[in-house]
Amino acid sequence: MLVISCIKQVPDTTQVKIDPVTNTLIRDGIPFIINPYDAHALEESLRLKDRYRVRTVALSMGPPNTVSTLRKACALGVDEAILLSDRCFGGADTLATSKVLSAAIERLAQKEEVGIVFCGKQTIDGDTAQVGPGIASRLGFSQLTLVDRIESVDLVRKRIKVRRKLEGRHEIVEAPLPVMITVVRELNRPRYPVVAMRLAAEDKEIKVWDNSILKLDVETVGLKGSPTWVSKIFSPQRDQGEIIGDGLGDPDGTAGLLLEKLLAKELLAL
Amino acid sequence: MVFQQTAFIVIFAVSAISFIFSCYQRLQLIAIGAPENRFDSPWTRLLGMFIYAFAQKRVLKRPYGVNHLVLFWAFLVLLLANGEFLLEGLIPGATLAAVLPATPYHVLTALFDIVSLVALISVVFAFARRIFFPPEYLKNDYAKPASGEALLILGMIATLMIAFFLLNGAHMALGQTDQWRPVSAAIAGLIYGLPVDTLQGLAKVAWWVHALVLLAFMNFLPRSKHMHILTAIPNCYFRSLEKPNTQPKEAFTKGARYGVSSVDQFSWKDLLDSLTCTECGRCQDLCPAHNTGKPLNPRRIVHDIKLNLLRNGPILSVSYKGDMPLIGRATDGTISEEAIWSCTTCGACTSVCPVLIEQMPKIVKLRRHLVQEKVQFPEELLSLFENMEQRSNPWGIAPSERTKWSTLLGDRTFKPGETEYLFFVGCAGAFDSRNKQVTVALATILDCAGVSWGILGKDELCCGDSVRRLGNEYVFDRMARENVALLKERQVTRIVTQCPHCFSTLKNDYRQYGLEIEVIHHSELIAELLKSGRLKPSKNLNQGRVVFHDSCYLGRHNDTYDAPRAVLTMVSGGQPGELGRNRENGFCCGAGGGRMWMEEQTGSRINLERVKEAIRQEPDTLCVSCPYCMTMMDDGLKDLGMADRVRVKDIAEVTAEALGH
Repeated sequence: MLVISCIKQVPDTTQVKIDPVTNTLIRDGIPFIINPYDAHALEESLRLKDRYRVRTVALSMGPPNTVSTLRKACALGVDEAILLSDRCFGGADTLATSKVLSAAIERLAQKEEVGIVFCGKQTIDGDTAQVGPGIASRLGFSQLTLVDRIESVDLVRKRIKVRRKLEGRHEIVEAPLPVMITVVRELNRPRYPVVAMRLAAEDKEIKVWDNSILKLDVETVGLKGSPTWVSKIFSPQRDQGEIIGDGLGDPDGTAGLLLEKLLAKELLAL
Repeated sequence: MVFQQTAFIVIFAVSAISFIFSCYQRLQLIAIGAPENRFDSPWTRLLGMFIYAFAQKRVLKRPYGVNHLVLFWAFLVLLLANGEFLLEGLIPGATLAAVLPATPYHVLTALFDIVSLVALISVVFAFARRIFFPPEYLKNDYAKPASGEALLILGMIATLMIAFFLLNGAHMALGQTDQWRPVSAAIAGLIYGLPVDTLQGLAKVAWWVHALVLLAFMNFLPRSKHMHILTAIPNCYFRSLEKPNTQPKEAFTKGARYGVSSVDQFSWKDLLDSLTCTECGRCQDLCPAHNTGKPLNPRRIVHDIKLNLLRNGPILSVSYKGDMPLIGRATDGTISEEAIWSCTTCGACTSVCPVLIEQMPKIVKLRRHLVQEKVQFPEELLSLFENMEQRSNPWGIAPSERTKWSTLLGDRTFKPGETEYLFFVGCAGAFDSRNKQVTVALATILDCAGVSWGILGKDELCCGDSVRRLGNEYVFDRMARENVALLKERQVTRIVTQCPHCFSTLKNDYRQYGLEIEVIHHSELIAELLKSGRLKPSKNLNQGRVVFHDSCYLGRHNDTYDAPRAVLTMVSGGQPGELGRNRENGFCCGAGGGRMWMEEQTGSRINLERVKEAIRQEPDTLCVSCPYCMTMMDDGLKDLGMADRVRVKDIAEVTAEALGH
């Protein structure tokens, strides 16, 4: 059985700044990282590999430099890494992205039964949380989002039971395989690579599938296949803060001042 | 007579063969170690051997060491006497008298006699010390000061001396010799007049006792801690000529092993070290981890390596796997992971060891295995390692924030060919809010002195000190390569740092990567600028009573003890006070060796122990010269509720204040 993790290479957003004039991301010299949620998806696939000896594949759509992120996945222990890269895939929104990823998963499924597809719950650059569900819908897989614990996996009966982390509560659900699971950070703690694996990953073959292999209608992928368009990116202006009163000398009085201010702004009501 | 001689020849032959065989066995054990070149610079090595082994420089650092020096030299002199004794036993008449003229021979025999007495007195002292007033550091969970082994050896030496006097005394009383032997003559005086038979019998018994104890002693050596008598001298010869903190590089080729998980992966010198340990306990006495109740004891580490070697060595020479784990649940011969992670790499053990054993680098080798092959390390290190790889600083702060401290100073970018000094700010200096003040202070000082300086700004990378000490050599290797390439590309020739860890790493570790440039710590540069008059402290700021805490990486690792003290003397109007343990004996703040990024859960806290020591001096200002020390001392004072009574300041801050800033 095949367990797939979909991972995305994203700019290290703590280091990204927005150009105030052009309203675009300043990406110069910004290092790329694996989308943190996807690192947990990858880790879970590796845990299943350790436990059930399933085969693992890491899948990523992106520009050619995404190879370095896939190499990191190899260093952590995936059996195969495939990059989906073609000029016509570029500029894709979540709809078009899920189309390409689904096509690749279908292609893998022709040779080997796909049991589980892991995705991070969302990326830290787009924050839409739509690609995973998009894949599940397209492939007709069960869809389990926001998973923070795998309760049990039964590869014979082909069922999986997971815990979903929802606001203020947990939900335990069971679903038949194949399944698409999006994961949250609480699910696991990603491993650290051993040196021998890092060295082995250095010249491991990363397969590149372009559209000559996936053979998708170019009108349905990339920018052309994306109904979403971004009209503007901007940094919201934040009002300057102020220091009121003398917190050290007169904490009670200062707390009073703060209360008055909050009441005046109708942020608190008596 | 013939029977006696034959008997002796047989006994001698058996014990000589047994001795040679034991030594050969030990040599074979050492030979299973990994290769390491310790054969370079023979003259430097010979000189060191003379200083440390023959002149016993480090032994003498403690008053009782004098007794050891006396015993050692008595031993060397008496080696000749005992050689003569054995030879004469084998071939009657083969004495030094046969080759030496009468007078020199008489002088020599007199010397033997006096030296034997001195040795006997020395042994009595040693007995008394071990039994009646043993120092705390001789005690240990695996050895006690008055151990059977220690007393047996001392007893043997004493017996040898007494038998020697009785033998010569009896000969003299019998009038059989005209040698000058003042002590033996006194014995002869006591027994003079006894029947000839009795005297002859006494001489014979004394001779046999001397002969048998001597041969037993010789055979006991290789099987006990007194092996050091044979190994200490070569161990001093083969000492590390590198700074002890500069661990050897690892080669990252496929199929290689990283670090040490089995005793045969240690270098042969590491194994020689383990057979050289005298169990004197000095390393344990100074170790900050041991002193605060952690499971690490450097002496125990070396001892466990020895036990593991004795057990696994013979197996490993025929098989690839020993039957006693080197790392695991702490038992005799097995080192616990917690002990391995407790080390602050302060280097106190390596710098105090009289026979130059390198304890700390062995711990780093064990860490290398745990990190690089096992991925077994305290969990808090995971984010450190990732931050280092991802953002090249321990906190994972965006590199673009590196220059925030300098916003008021304008563009201070290092310009190749124009700027003289690269100010390597370091991660703490760039990101830690308290330490940024030190960075600004140093920048101000450099400006005041008119020094041409610049920074790499957001291009600066972490030097990698913590990851290297933590055994993550692979990541360090990549960081070092990047840094060296960057420094070469910017044509940097002189670097000043405010962090002793950056300082030591750039100066010592990067030499392994082909970087040979001048690296100077701010304490040295400020001292130089003050001495040459380029800095003129105008204000006599009252810092109150100033005391100075040594940074391990500045002091012990780089022998810079005087510069920071000189700075403080010149800018605070008087010599700084000293803490109880200072300079070579300084006590770590607890943050070195990557411990800065780890929890300290066992025992008491190292920084509290140090801060309490500082408070005993009743200081107003506790001066440091390292960002880690500053954090640890600050935290310690806060924990003790003393933060408003004692200020922690870097020497650069005190200097900047004296300059009116």
